[in-house]
Amino acid sequence: MCNQIVGLIQAAIERVGITTVSITLLKEVTEKIQPPRAMFVSYHLGYPLGEPNNPELQKRVIKTALSLLSRNDLPIMTEFEG
Amino acid sequence: MATFDEMILTHRLFMRGYPFSHYKIDPMPCSPLTKPLSQAKVALITTAGLYQEGQNKFDSSIKLGDSSFREISGDIDTQSLKEGHRSSAFDHRGVRDDKNLVLPLDRFREMVADKEIGSLNHRHFSFMGAIIGPGDLINKTAPEMANLLKADKVDVAFLTPV
Repeated sequence: MCNQIVGLIQAAIERVGITTVSITLLKEVTEKIQPPRAMFVSYHLGYPLGEPNNPELQKRVIKTALSLLSRNDLPIMTEFEG
Repeated sequence: MATFDEMILTHRLFMRGYPFSHYKIDPMPCSPLTKPLSQAKVALITTAGLYQEGQNKFDSSIKLGDSSFREISGDIDTQSLKEGHRSSAFDHRGVRDDKNLVLPLDRFREMVADKEIGSLNHRHFSFMGAIIGPGDLINKTAPEMANLLKADKVDVAFLTPV
């Protein structure tokens, strides 16, 4: 459910004029909700940034997701390729 | 990789039967970024059910889900955050070991120090995502929180599920 709720919150934020990007762990859900900008990561539920105590990996996930901020061909969902 | 198929049977049946398409975002809001990220103010939002010492936990007894949110101070020690998400659909060990896994405050602080991001907002927000009936969230709590971000003149919101 978390992945759906993220998308719904994301839409509320974008509606007030703030640019948003989200991580999703469940492509099946995000494809139906269609939030503005999302990046799918193939990690287990509960692990949106990959691994605990792995700053290097966490930073790579974040930076790749932030690269979507310049995209306005919405909705878009890309895939993180590690 | 997380798919419905890896969930236990009860979760899987629920997810397969849930009317996600009913909540499709339409019309699609689009707010383009009007400045470089190196000048932007960023806020983090998670649905991981995090809260600070001294705040009320999320209410796991509400059947359709607790739509409220908690304000996370910008200067919080990230690892001091508590995790009280009610869902048994995910492994809680990762987030209990490192809160940055779901609310990467320390990573964003490093990016501000490296001048890759302009600044971080003085507050961030946490929800508990196990909300089966999202009416209140859609109509009340999410817009309320969005307006707080707007009042803070936030440029970018980064969102993470669990």
